[in-house]
Amino acid sequence: MSLNDLFQSPLRAVNVGIETFKDTVDKFAPPSVQVDWRPPVPVAPDSEKILAKRAARIEKANRKALDIIQSGAPRLVGIDIALNVVPGMTKDTILHSGPPITWDRMCGPMRGGIIGGLMYEGRAKTPEEAEKLAASGKIKYSPCHEHGCVGPMAGIVTPSMPVMIVKNEKFGNLAFCTLNEGLGKVLRYGAYGEDVTARLKWMEQTLYPVLKAALAASGPIDLKNMIAQALHMGDEVHNRNRAGTSLFYRAIAPFVIQTCENREDAAAALNFINGNDHFFLNLSMPACKACLDPAIGVKGSSIVVTMCRNGTDFGIRLAGTGPAWFTAPAEVPDALYFAGFTKADANPDIGDSAITETGGLGGFAIAAAPAIVQFVGGTAADALRYSLSMYEITDDESRMYQIPALDFRGTPTGIDVRKVVEKNMVPVIDTGVAHKKAGIGQVGAGIVSAPMGPFQKAYDALAQALK
Amino acid sequence: MNIAGRTKQGFYFDSVTLMRVGKELSAVPGVIEASVVMATDANKSILDMSGLLLDEFKKCGDQDLCVAVKAKDQTALDAAFAKADELLSKKKKPAAAGAAAAPSPRDIPGAVAQLEGANMAIISVAGRYAAREARKALEAGLNVMLFSDNVSLEDELELKKEAHKKGLIVMGPDCGTSIINGVPLCFANVVPQGPIGVVGASGTGTQEVTCVVANAGSGISQAIGTGGRDVKDSIGGISFLDALDALAADDATKVILLVSKPPQPGVMKKIDARIKKIKKPVVKVLLGSGEAPKTLEHAALMAVAYAKGEDPAAVGPAQELRNAELAALAQKIVSRKKAPQGRYLRGLFSGGSFVAEAQVILAPILRTLYSNAPLGDSKPMKNDWKPERNCIIDLGEDEFTRGRAHPMIDFTLRNKMIQEVADDPETAVILLDLVLGYGSNLDPAAEWVPILKTVTKKVPVVVGITGTDADPQPRLAIAEALRKAGALVEFTNGAACRLAGHLTAEIVKSKR
Repeated sequence: MSLNDLFQSPLRAVNVGIETFKDTVDKFAPPSVQVDWRPPVPVAPDSEKILAKRAARIEKANRKALDIIQSGAPRLVGIDIALNVVPGMTKDTILHSGPPITWDRMCGPMRGGIIGGLMYEGRAKTPEEAEKLAASGKIKYSPCHEHGCVGPMAGIVTPSMPVMIVKNEKFGNLAFCTLNEGLGKVLRYGAYGEDVTARLKWMEQTLYPVLKAALAASGPIDLKNMIAQALHMGDEVHNRNRAGTSLFYRAIAPFVIQTCENREDAAAALNFINGNDHFFLNLSMPACKACLDPAIGVKGSSIVVTMCRNGTDFGIRLAGTGPAWFTAPAEVPDALYFAGFTKADANPDIGDSAITETGGLGGFAIAAAPAIVQFVGGTAADALRYSLSMYEITDDESRMYQIPALDFRGTPTGIDVRKVVEKNMVPVIDTGVAHKKAGIGQVGAGIVSAPMGPFQKAYDALAQALK
Repeated sequence: MNIAGRTKQGFYFDSVTLMRVGKELSAVPGVIEASVVMATDANKSILDMSGLLLDEFKKCGDQDLCVAVKAKDQTALDAAFAKADELLSKKKKPAAAGAAAAPSPRDIPGAVAQLEGANMAIISVAGRYAAREARKALEAGLNVMLFSDNVSLEDELELKKEAHKKGLIVMGPDCGTSIINGVPLCFANVVPQGPIGVVGASGTGTQEVTCVVANAGSGISQAIGTGGRDVKDSIGGISFLDALDALAADDATKVILLVSKPPQPGVMKKIDARIKKIKKPVVKVLLGSGEAPKTLEHAALMAVAYAKGEDPAAVGPAQELRNAELAALAQKIVSRKKAPQGRYLRGLFSGGSFVAEAQVILAPILRTLYSNAPLGDSKPMKNDWKPERNCIIDLGEDEFTRGRAHPMIDFTLRNKMIQEVADDPETAVILLDLVLGYGSNLDPAAEWVPILKTVTKKVPVVVGITGTDADPQPRLAIAEALRKAGALVEFTNGAACRLAGHLTAEIVKSKR
């Protein structure tokens, strides 16, 4: 390269800063590009330099992590009781969504879910009794994510609950998720009481055996394929799961009919799935989890393998920093609120469902789901912009999940913490919003931006690890 | 009187946009003062000085936007905040149906991925972030036009070494003007392409010579700015020498013209050694060195003479002749005036190189000069805001631009000072520069005609216009409007300085 090469080529300018400078260039030498610049995120003084110096090593590690993530083969292989299959589950354990948290710091919906869970387990007769037990120190709380699980919203998993088992056939690891309860007064939004317990009991006593038998007959169901199809049918498998639920229904229904002797139970089970558009969320989540988990511990990788919230904190984990959590306070979503509710009613962001965005779905694939564009501004172009912008902070494009409106481009996959921090651009997450009081339920939905804090901390930690 | 503020978290706008918004808010009826800034420590101290640092601003940080308004009543406050919301809400561009416009890239690598053949980064973010961006640009293989100032010497050296190694150039920091492949970058004029290549370590100096070349019927191959610090020994002229070599090797460049304040001796030696090897004519103007050619106009016309195959030695005598004409004109103007006021010249400048050139030209005519950017025998001013004796003030210096746009864009401060010096009975002549071209204020006549109409009734005002007929501002129409408002207009800074100097001398003489 020499300066004289510049004199021989048309000037092509990138403008960073005062926009009128670009206007001038465009009069003489179009096209030019304006950088949508913002001041860099504050990080430890030497982090950027260390990571720049180690760039080649990080790239290599990221390739490896992304190969692992991309080659995952999640299949629904069965359903069982949590105590039987979830690693580390005990009679006194309750799992919750998000990063680790103690009872005293838990938000309303999470406490409500635990009260409901203890009542469902028969450990308490009244909410008061349950609350006392919950605070007594006898119950061990642990994040779903540390037990191969994921749970939407409060993400409560108690020992007796049935969990679906997703196996990553490529690496052999398992992921678990409870069955989706539907809408209304449900445990995951912190509701408790007789009707909540009754539904959970029915799920355990009726739905579980029906599905268990059907799954045994059907054999493993390929979830990756199903998610890919759902994307072509207008789902992003986080806030919209209608297509995925329909596909699952088609796959399972013949086996329910084939295996269930009691016609009433079969009908009830199938109607329950059919009546709950979000049934598939509890399959798309463990599918993503199963693909991401094997990448944990790829040394030097800056790829985000976990994003989750517990209603108090937002936490992430990186492939390259292993089990360490990086957290910051969760934010209250700026969402669309149902009639009668406002942001003042909302609980800070909650749930493990951001595992879908971590896996390149959900908000990252919102361009595939035109039916829910009102969450992102109202036009299909808005949804396209959201998805397109996420390519800026990811290292890869999905080999399997595609966005039809982008000419079947693979979804943005593999969030790189370096890009998030250095471009000052956080992931967007589709989300449902819980009322801050336990038991009231969902009050809105929309799109939230992850807080920068966890990414800043993870960035510094990765730099220290590579120093 | 009411003072109120609003904050917006996590918003970012560049300072030029914010100053424009602040100016529009100040224009809302009933508003006394308005300030819209990112809450950096520097900006907060500016707010503090103007009594606008409200409690809610104190906890804000670099990424928060603060809007402060002082108004005579609540209605005006409300109107100002409504206006702020309107101006600060970024407009959504509707995308064509079915088409997805690529979102704006968030960093330089992202931009390079979108722009095939990208070869230049123009960087004008705040100084403390600028080196980081420049580094990214070099990594991406781009040349850099670094408009930002307040970049550290260490960063400048590191960036320039890196660029040199890669065969790239860093123009700047604090580089206002370049013309690359006919494209004006930042503050630059529209000039025809032609045989003269310019290396400029001074921004307005480069603007002036390129305009003189264009107006004399020749053209510019490249005009490469380096930033003023490049020719100091600490940087060693890295960009200046690389630019010189590139022009020497460039077939389109037949004559090379160097513009700078005098380089430090180490760098000067290297430049001279390099010039000796160059087979093309090289003209250099080192403002304040005492070497001929001493003025920008003289040097530019010599380059044109070389380019046209005329005798460059003939330019000097022609310049002398012109000087004599201006002296005669001054005598004629003063002889027609009854009892002119004052005895001192007051120069209020927007261009730093013009401040230097003014001192070079005026020192022999008026002897003792004062300046906030003193050169040669000039003396420093006691108070930069208070003109004393014959005085040349650079309004582009930091103390005048803090929290304000550059005087080439925002005329508010200069107009206030024009009024003040006109009201000062010691002022005999006011001397102004007016720089046209991209980057500068697009309607300077509207800024100046009203004030000049009244001021010129008291004291003569001389304006030197730097610009070409292809600039976005109509040069001749502006000159005509200013003349109608009573000003004396010349088309180079040199001529304006001479006329103003002779006028002052004649006025002093007439009082003896």
